Amino acid sequence: MNLATKDIRHNLGRFVLTTIGIGLLLMIVMGMGGIYRGLIREATLLVDTIGADLWVVQGSTRGPFAELSRIPANLEDRVRAVPGVAGARRFVSYTVQREVRSRPLRLVVTGLAWPDDQGDWIPLVAGRPLRQAHYEMIADRSLGLAFGAKVKLGKEVYEVVGLTKGLVGAGGDGLGFFTASDAAAIQFDVPGDATRLERAARQARLAVSDLGRVQPLLRSRAGGLTSGLPALSPPQVSAVLVKLQPGANAAAALATLGTWPDVSVYTTRQQMDLLVSGMVDKARRQLGLFRVLLIIISTIIMALIIYTLTLDKIHDIALLKLIGARNGVIVGLILQQALLIGALGYGLAFWLGTFAFPQFPRLVVIETPDLLLLAGIVLAISVLASLLGIGKAMSVEPNKVLS
Amino acid sequence: MNAATATPAIETFNLTKVYGHDNTEVVAMKDVSLRVNRGQVVALVGPSGAGKSTLLTAIGLINPPTAGRIVIGGQPVMEADRAFVDLRAFRRQHLGFVFQKANLIPFLTAAENVRVAMEINDVSPRAARSRALQLLDYLGVADRADHLPDALSGGQQQRVAVARALANEPSLILADEPTAALDGHRGRQVMELFRKVAHEHGAGAIVVTHDHRALDVFDEIYEMEDGRLSPSQMQKHQS
Repeated sequence: MNLATKDIRHNLGRFVLTTIGIGLLLMIVMGMGGIYRGLIREATLLVDTIGADLWVVQGSTRGPFAELSRIPANLEDRVRAVPGVAGARRFVSYTVQREVRSRPLRLVVTGLAWPDDQGDWIPLVAGRPLRQAHYEMIADRSLGLAFGAKVKLGKEVYEVVGLTKGLVGAGGDGLGFFTASDAAAIQFDVPGDATRLERAARQARLAVSDLGRVQPLLRSRAGGLTSGLPALSPPQVSAVLVKLQPGANAAAALATLGTWPDVSVYTTRQQMDLLVSGMVDKARRQLGLFRVLLIIISTIIMALIIYTLTLDKIHDIALLKLIGARNGVIVGLILQQALLIGALGYGLAFWLGTFAFPQFPRLVVIETPDLLLLAGIVLAISVLASLLGIGKAMSVEPNKVLS
Repeated sequence: MNAATATPAIETFNLTKVYGHDNTEVVAMKDVSLRVNRGQVVALVGPSGAGKSTLLTAIGLINPPTAGRIVIGGQPVMEADRAFVDLRAFRRQHLGFVFQKANLIPFLTAAENVRVAMEINDVSPRAARSRALQLLDYLGVADRADHLPDALSGGQQQRVAVARALANEPSLILADEPTAALDGHRGRQVMELFRKVAHEHGAGAIVVTHDHRALDVFDEIYEMEDGRLSPSQMQKHQS
């Protein structure tokens, strides 16, 4: 006869409520771990998916995700000349927040090196990769843009030709893929008035400088396109992605690129580490502290409930002692109840989580090692929570029955 | 008919219990020597505070005496507060308890309340279930076997408590005012039950009672006053 289950059946309402409470707390603990895993996966998703071996970024920076990086687009030509390099392509990435149909649209603009990179590597759930140099985009579903939707960004309208699922940046914002030139156009878009004012300012500066006087052609071009002025640098990109030849010596290529003073070079692994140790680390520690607090709260609540349940039957425990029950019977009665609350709470947390976590705005990734670790923690806190009740039960004298 | 045999269920020798010390010393029981044979039912009467419960708890091995010796079923069990046996195991195997209140475990059915006493004594669940039903039948409450204590009358609860006390075939049954919560008729029924089970099961029984209407049921009546035990004069009147 199992006394623990008999008692639970008798106090079913309180037991069920306690289990639900513990289950919800454990679901939050489970979810916190899942959010942390989700942060890492989201942060490293693009780096992992894009398929580059090396990342060439602005010198002395840890770009392009952990911090801003700007390098000239023509750096890719220099990189292609390095022995062992199979290909190099420019990469643009930055976050914008615009208004689309009166709603804020926050997306990570990702520029692909058209025509070499048309986004054929992007995992699509609908549509196709980019097939023309301008005015097409691939959007993640989390942006809320429908397939075929037309979105005005800057001065141009872009059509959604492909959709991805779960492809987001380190901040959880959905990715939007464009050609690099379109990405630059979106990034550096300024209102027409600002352009006109800048052109007028250029002309005014040249009018009072000796350069303007000796180069009249320059004065006339100053009122036109920026690209018509060779003295101004072309649009810059965030990074150059390097693909090595099969069997190439990666260390040698890395060493060669590492000698260039104007850039920094990272392997894909290093790029991921930069993201995890930099951007995600504080969130990880914060979530970790919350988890510890919630586990402590769960333990205290469980301990109080188990203690209360023990107090309720202290007379019965005294009776059991009087009629000769071993300590093991009494300890088992309390411990089994604590373990049952813990186990059922854990199961409830997992079950509820399968419904709740997909509704969260950020990705929640529940991994088996985390589940096993939490199961171990629940086991430990269940034992810990029962100690208070066991201590009380052990101290009760059998002759309390007579009082 | 007195079915008592000459085999002692319990013998006590000069049991004394003193609470406190020096100026606060209270003698609750003084030089109590008692012998109850198997099959014999003994009543213990006396005013409140006379030491009846002290004697009962000392014999029940839950309140050790300050001095004196306890022998149960021919086996020395305690001398002063020194135990010769594992007291909890000894209680489990040799003693049965019945209290003023039935003290049934509220989350167990009548049958389970009887079974639990056997299962903690390592009787198999199957055998315990079978014997519990036999005992409840013997005590006339078999039809209430699957009911929780809340659903039983006071008399039925007390019968279940007696069944639990008999579960491990104890050599000694100790009852502390078992009829206090019952009316006269039901109280007498319970006292007769003790006589019946003691005689039929060969157990000794010591019953602390204030209910003088049923004293004729007992084989011996002892009176306690100021911690001292003596044969009661009431027995003579009863007989």
